Amino acid sequence: MERPLTEAMRPDGPLTLAQYEKASGYQALRKALQGMSPQQVTQVVKDSNLRGRGGAGFLTGFKWGFVPLGEGAPRPKYIIANADEMEPGTFKDRLLLERNPHQLIEGLILGAYAIQADIAFIFLRCEYKEAEQILRLAMQEAQRAGYLGKNILGSDFSLEMRLHVSAGRYMAGEETGLLNALEGKRANPRSKPPFPQVSGLWGKPTIINNVETLSNVPHIVLRGPDWFRALSSSRDAGTKLYGVSGRVRRPGLWELPIGTPIREILEGQAGGMREGYRLRGILPGGASTDFLTDAHLDVKLDFDSVQQAGSRLGTGTMIVLDDHSCPVGMVLNLEHFFAQESCGWCTPCWGGLQYIEQLLAGIEAGEGRPEDLEQLEAHARFLAPGHTYCAFAPGAAEPLQSALKYFREDFERHIREKRCPWR
Amino acid sequence: MLTEQEIKEIQAEFGNYETRRAACLDALRIVQQHRGWVDDEALGDLAALLGMSPEELDSVATFYNRILRKPVGRHVILVCNSVSCWLTGYDQLRQRLVRSLGVELGETTSDGQFTLLPIVCLGTCDRAPAMMVDGDLYRDLEDLDIEPILAEYRDRRT
Repeated sequence: MERPLTEAMRPDGPLTLAQYEKASGYQALRKALQGMSPQQVTQVVKDSNLRGRGGAGFLTGFKWGFVPLGEGAPRPKYIIANADEMEPGTFKDRLLLERNPHQLIEGLILGAYAIQADIAFIFLRCEYKEAEQILRLAMQEAQRAGYLGKNILGSDFSLEMRLHVSAGRYMAGEETGLLNALEGKRANPRSKPPFPQVSGLWGKPTIINNVETLSNVPHIVLRGPDWFRALSSSRDAGTKLYGVSGRVRRPGLWELPIGTPIREILEGQAGGMREGYRLRGILPGGASTDFLTDAHLDVKLDFDSVQQAGSRLGTGTMIVLDDHSCPVGMVLNLEHFFAQESCGWCTPCWGGLQYIEQLLAGIEAGEGRPEDLEQLEAHARFLAPGHTYCAFAPGAAEPLQSALKYFREDFERHIREKRCPWR
Repeated sequence: MLTEQEIKEIQAEFGNYETRRAACLDALRIVQQHRGWVDDEALGDLAALLGMSPEELDSVATFYNRILRKPVGRHVILVCNSVSCWLTGYDQLRQRLVRSLGVELGETTSDGQFTLLPIVCLGTCDRAPAMMVDGDLYRDLEDLDIEPILAEYRDRRT
């Protein structure tokens, strides 16, 4: 099985430039700059069927295709690698940043070439200290080797790459919140349209891609869209970094064909539940995805299959709820996160999430009333898409609405017995 | 008053952005690195340097979890309270820290050594529960004795 994103990695540290080059590193950039037009690079990524790995699953090549090209296009144009990995339960981009920084840098340069960007940013969360040092060093290496800067590899394409270290706020990783954050403002979302591809950072055309998305690009450009599509047997193309956390035998992260069934990851890779623990539920792709249960173990983890099962692929890093942990307590933990991290811009989000957290805390403390469940359901609906500027609120509603469905009896028991049965 | 060193470091960030105010987060962090936190006077001085009003700069400073507008101890302990750590022993880890330090979340020990703060997901969920001390990451803390870790910082001057 091919694992393009991870197979060159070493267990003890980042690939140096020389090691990356030995593993065909920067060959894709050479190929693009010496024989492909920007439009051809975008077309190859379109043909590969690469979908965004940050959670939303938008087709990467199509996103790039909206950026105006040619003499009349506004300048400067920007491309941003979103490395603000803060989705609870998500730890996949950390691996790519710490172990193969040049793969991301090359993907970012290729994306920049495709949209003819002048400036690239890596937007990094501040707690990834090791990644910060590794990226700074790798960017210097790339600059010295002529992969960054003026007239890259003797072509007429130039690119400046900068590292922005954020200061800890989940909303800064939301696409338009990120733009405001980079401009030195609060990371509130922006109204769309205009879309960032046309009017983004400082009003200029801007592309924002997830780290894993960009890390795929060198391999696609070098080996072609057919090769990439053949990596997977599902409708989606390529591989995916899948993770498992919670009370399983071997929590971890694995690169597997996208569309690998939950069972194979949970039982085959993570070794199943720890001795004495039973599976109750799964958040398949981070905190802001709907719960699935043991009835869903054969669901393939690709975008469409997970959606058909009633959840989302999200970041592909699943969180496992066991029978020793309280489902109400887990949802309270999640909604506390969302209530804290809501930027406060849209009323259903900031007001609704605080109220939801209070109701859940009451139920968990044995002070819940039967009508609280109707209130929670109503507020989950108020957070649905269309009521807020960004996808934060709908994401916050997902674990709540699905918990009320799958763990109804646990909620009712808390209210009936006026206590948390797990305490 | 900002020190010459602080101003120098802040000005070096201006080139990364199209406007001065865009460097405001870097500027806040630089001051915090030198002083431990950002007091009102420093905030005012920074605002003037960045061409913002102090209120505007404060609205950004207080938006971020990691910009500190209150004083902290010599060492800051960030204990992850997100879902994977919650499932694998966050409550017990927090209780051990509270017992050992004698302070609750959000407080500083009376000797000024440690401030204990919660933090959202540290992105190391396969090795939960986790915490950070002064930027150093500690993981797999479910059954690990934290006393030796704390002792190491107690003896260390920053």
